[in-house]
Amino acid sequence: MKTPTELNAKTIPRILAPKRKKFSWDMFSSVATLIPSLILLGVFVYGFIGWTVYVSFSQWNSLIPNFNSAGFLNYSIIFSSYRFQSDLRNIVVFTAFFIIACLIVGLFLALLIDQKIKVEGFFRSIFLFPMAISFVVTGVVWSWILNPSTGVNLILKAFGWKSLPSWFLSTTIAPNWPFGQIQLGIPVALLAVLIAAVWQMSGFAMAVYLAGLRGISDEIKEAARIDGSGVFRMFFSIILPQLRGTTTTIIIILTAASLKIFGLIYAMTGPGQQFLTDMPSLNMFQTTFQGDQFAQGAAIAIVLLLMIAIFIVPYLIVTLRQGDDA
Amino acid sequence: MKRNRLIALSSAALLTLTMAGSALPAFAAAPAKSDLQIFSWWTGVASSKALRSLITIYEHQYKGSTVTNDAVAGGAGSNAKAVLAGRMEAGNPPGTFQVHAGGGSLLSWVQAGDMKPLNALYKSEGWYKVFPRSLLNLMTFNGKIYGVPVDMQRANVLWYNPTIFRKYHLTAPKTFPQFFHDAAVLKSHGITPLELANHGNWEATLLFSDVLLGTVGPVKYDQLLTGHASWNIPGVKAAANTFVRMLSYANKDYTALHWQQADQAVAQGKAAMNVMGDWAQGYFSTALHLKPGVGFGWAATPQTHGVFGAVSDVFGLPAKLKNDTPTINFLKVLGSKEGQDTFNPLKGTFSPRLDSNMAKYNAYSRSAMMSYKRDRLVLIIGQGAVNPGFTNNFNNAMEIFVSNHNVNNFVSAIVSAAQANPLS
Repeated sequence: MKTPTELNAKTIPRILAPKRKKFSWDMFSSVATLIPSLILLGVFVYGFIGWTVYVSFSQWNSLIPNFNSAGFLNYSIIFSSYRFQSDLRNIVVFTAFFIIACLIVGLFLALLIDQKIKVEGFFRSIFLFPMAISFVVTGVVWSWILNPSTGVNLILKAFGWKSLPSWFLSTTIAPNWPFGQIQLGIPVALLAVLIAAVWQMSGFAMAVYLAGLRGISDEIKEAARIDGSGVFRMFFSIILPQLRGTTTTIIIILTAASLKIFGLIYAMTGPGQQFLTDMPSLNMFQTTFQGDQFAQGAAIAIVLLLMIAIFIVPYLIVTLRQGDDA
Repeated sequence: MKRNRLIALSSAALLTLTMAGSALPAFAAAPAKSDLQIFSWWTGVASSKALRSLITIYEHQYKGSTVTNDAVAGGAGSNAKAVLAGRMEAGNPPGTFQVHAGGGSLLSWVQAGDMKPLNALYKSEGWYKVFPRSLLNLMTFNGKIYGVPVDMQRANVLWYNPTIFRKYHLTAPKTFPQFFHDAAVLKSHGITPLELANHGNWEATLLFSDVLLGTVGPVKYDQLLTGHASWNIPGVKAAANTFVRMLSYANKDYTALHWQQADQAVAQGKAAMNVMGDWAQGYFSTALHLKPGVGFGWAATPQTHGVFGAVSDVFGLPAKLKNDTPTINFLKVLGSKEGQDTFNPLKGTFSPRLDSNMAKYNAYSRSAMMSYKRDRLVLIIGQGAVNPGFTNNFNNAMEIFVSNHNVNNFVSAIVSAAQANPLS
């Protein structure tokens, strides 16, 4: 039931590759210092992944452990359930919007701060502070702000708005194409959750972008300026291409954060009406620990792991390759 | 220099991110050394105070013993159950733990071989005579009894605002036709007839349980919950239709509300009625300082007069303990008249003992006690009554049903839930 949380690129040892050498104390000590973390990683991350895979193929769906093979039954049960199908739609929509919004807002803020303004540190902290708050706190606060009968709607009403948005209580799905048991489209309720998530995480994108912006050498910018490029030309032809690596890093990290989002949803909306704001992590928790359906919960966890791996593994490969070049 | 600082900043930010990512409820830390760990989800003001008083009596009677209060926050034990499952699985059970009476988690633990029977304790303490047989039946499996009940709560209660009801010359509805009559009158005066809260998604399940109970009657209802009747019977569909009709008289923002907010709306006169367990009574009288019968009124939910929807917290004896004695001693205090009459008034519940001191309870609790002693007991779906797998699937079906109102889909989802998770 443990999903692997972090696959840390640094802990994958680069010393596994070198040519055979004679014994040296230097080498011995470096291996000796690595062994404890390798063992811990092996047991608590990869061991438990293996265990979860094993459980997901078993018949353990009550408090009595039952490790008889169920084949792919648990997977077929979850994939045919309305709730899990909704989860998959939600997580794709959520992740796509979350990343695009964080990138745009983060880059915009970083560009503003990079204008050599006074009190730069002050603004930098302000934009980064939401990240220091727990997702649960964010969820509770935003569920009050966006509660349609109180919260921000009262302000909108005072301004004379007639049709007030119902935020996370909306049951609209746009464009609402039937697919299997569910409707494909963008659940409007998710947009309310996205506001909270982007509010919290765009500061992170800003911080990384700011570091990237500061890394662009002044010589390139100077050369472009002498060649007569304007502000927009400078941004799209010089700055944006230089930030490509930074953008990749942000996308990878935010994707991992988005796919395993739990606290925000749990505190803000719960699964929502018709599971419009439900996520695989929430489904996994309730199936496993409230329904005691351990094998089905494990199957959900494994699907979630595979989804995260699709994004993380290419990143690891790229990072390791860069390490070899250096 | 500046760049380095930014990198440090963003890596610190990344660390926060990874920690936020693993925000699943914390799993129990290593337990402290003490004779007895008491595991519960009593972290609220009233319930933790009540538990404290019970522990004080125990420590007074058994000098030198030490107790660790292992309470895990989370409504209806949603998080506590996850922690408990982890500890039981690891062979490290708490001394005793809170569980609802019924065929839900308690039966699951018994079937998993994690509980010891308490028949001898019942005999030596004379408890067979002081607890009603109908209650003991709810925790007796194959003739062995596995829990000691400490409190009793009623889950088929309709709470209403007496001022509003008087103003429009209404009486608390006894039947569904009366309910809909009252609701129509209230609606025509611009008052929300029924306030529903469903943030946790167990609240709508509780309302449906009461509607089902009122529709099919206690005998059929019991058969449904114990797997002796098919969920395909017409009564289930009829109940689902009544439920949908009730929702047309309810507020629309129920997903955003917790049950306290719904009861607050009733107390403030924005809405007229709410269906909730009698933990709402503690909220009315303690948090809102209302007088029973004056500030808030109550009745059995429509067509459930003469039936008591029981939610009882019980404690048992885990099988894998190294030393049973502290747990047995604590259970003696827990089941005693003194323990229960100290605990329950503080918590806002009442003692399930037939000889409890009625003078210690308020007007509401006394009326609930009368019903408890006289009426037939049934369990409530979502409150530890049935197989947790069934309950989870039932709640999932309810999450969809409560907003799309598709009766046929809902009934077929429950039927397949009952097939996948046998109820008997």
